[in-house]
Amino acid sequence: MIALATACLTGSVAMAEVVPPSEVTFDGYAVEQSLTGTPGNPEEGRKVMTTKSMGNCVSCHAAEDYADVPFHGEVGPPLDGVGERWSEAELRGLVVNAKMAFEGTVMPAFYKTEGFNRLGDGFTGKAHPEDKPVEPLLTAQEVEDVVAYLKTLTYDE
Amino acid sequence: LAFGAGAALADEDAELVINGEIEIVTKTDAPAHMDGMSTIMSGWRFRDSTTQMMEMDDFDNPAMLAVEDAREKWSTPVGSEDKSCADCHGEPEDMAGVKPVYPKWNEDAGEVRTMQMQMNDCRENRMGAEPWKYDAADALAMEALLSSVSRGMPVDVAIDGPGQSTWEQGKELYYARTGQLDLSCASCHEENYGNMIRADHLSQGQINGFPTYRLKNTKLNGVHSRFKGCVRDTRAETYSPGSPEFVALEMYVASRGNGLSVEGPAVRN
Ligand code: HEC
Ligand code: HEC
Ligand code: HEC
Repeated sequence: MIALATACLTGSVAMAEVVPPSEVTFDGYAVEQSLTGTPGNPEEGRKVMTTKSMGNCVSCHAAEDYADVPFHGEVGPPLDGVGERWSEAELRGLVVNAKMAFEGTVMPAFYKTEGFNRLGDGFTGKAHPEDKPVEPLLTAQEVEDVVAYLKTLTYDE
Repeated sequence: LAFGAGAALADEDAELVINGEIEIVTKTDAPAHMDGMSTIMSGWRFRDSTTQMMEMDDFDNPAMLAVEDAREKWSTPVGSEDKSCADCHGEPEDMAGVKPVYPKWNEDAGEVRTMQMQMNDCRENRMGAEPWKYDAADALAMEALLSSVSRGMPVDVAIDGPGQSTWEQGKELYYARTGQLDLSCASCHEENYGNMIRADHLSQGQINGFPTYRLKNTKLNGVHSRFKGCVRDTRAETYSPGSPEFVALEMYVASRGNGLSVEGPAVRN
């Protein structure tokens, strides 16, 4: 109840204020503050995670809940039950930049725009133009949607 | 349950014998310079059995058509000197043993050379012919021919001596994370071989089978083009085929296969 109230409060304060990737504050590996102030939509989050051109999390992670999507990867652990294992803030931190929790992990940082080696222009193989702003892999709202979906991945459904 | 010849299952324990006579080592102890892993395996072990089968007989291996074309080119005089490869090198079979040690240090040139670089040196400086475009059809067909005559011989790329600094550079590139996905070759081919990444069964990214005929694009594919594709998939700026970086990376990756048999031209999906 208290957690919910706090979430609503921060929500209204941060209304329409999108936190840019460079300004995300970590508490350890967790990110308390919503990136948008708008609650995530789990339906959208599921789509982001299972669509190749979006999060494409399915390329590395399997999960019972999206068993209908073909070809689940095995590079990362299955995501069944992550909604119980991790808090919302922890899940947000994992999606924003999993390296804060798992040093040296192969899981990409989905909300980060700096510090890359030989950054390309998408999948073109060409250098990212200097004058073009770097887009994070997911938008702030997509991160919130994914986090909302991950929270639904519990064992007791 | 009898597993028929065409069963489309990945068989990581299958053994490869080509044409019923050329025994190919597709799994062996890792060379001493690799501290990350103990066993090395050819990409052949990670393919489904239909794809595996295609490599077991030259009549079923689509790459062999290009090899036959290259055989003709081998003995066709070209260039201002009107010379053919055969004029200086004899039969392609006389080149058995060349492929396993490439890329290698060339003393006169003072650089590490891939086989394609060496072939182009002959074309430009000994035949007065145009160099072949890197990893394009002509170069790959000839590389496939010269690989085919060495099939079954162990890959044996030197990592010390004057080529060592190039090898070190290649090693650095292998472990360097690139692109917005921040992945290195090792992220996929050392830490995750055997795992599925979406629909792809990750191999160790060995190059003993190159050039490879890929069912996906139905042609021969060169080592550098494959590297380029993998680097691009990390959302990075790639290097170009023939670039010094890819030459160094090829040398390093080839040496990770020291002990596997030369297998090219292999069939992959
Ligand atoms: C390239 C592979 C890869 C991709 C893509 C990927 N992950 Fe991961 N993920 C991993 C690995 C590997 C781990 C385990 C952490 C470690 O030890 O490195 C992990 C861990 C996690 C965990 C913690 C799991 C647990 O049970 O502890 C969550 C949650 C997660 N990932 C969510 C996601 C989401 C959401 C996406 C897409 C937006 C995603 N991952 C994309 C590789 C990946
Ligand atoms: C006029 C003579 C001549 C012709 C023609 C010629 N080569 Fe060569 N080739 C040489 C010589 C000499 C060397 C050794 C060069 C060296 O070690 O620096 C060599 C080396 C090579 C090597 C490396 C051998 C090794 O052991 O490292 C390859 C591969 C090769 N040639 C392929 C070809 C191909 C393919 C053609 C035709 C397209 C060709 N050559 C035409 C003279 C020739
Ligand atoms: C995001 C994952 C990923 C990364 C990073 C990656 N690769 Fe790959 N690579 C693949 C996949 C998937 C395949 C196709 C399946 C297979 O053969 O492993 C492949 C195939 C290959 C092959 C073909 C193997 C064969 O037997 O035909 C080679 C060689 C290779 N990679 C080398 C590299 C090198 C070198 C790097 C680094 C510059 C690299 N890869 C980085 C995913 C990756």
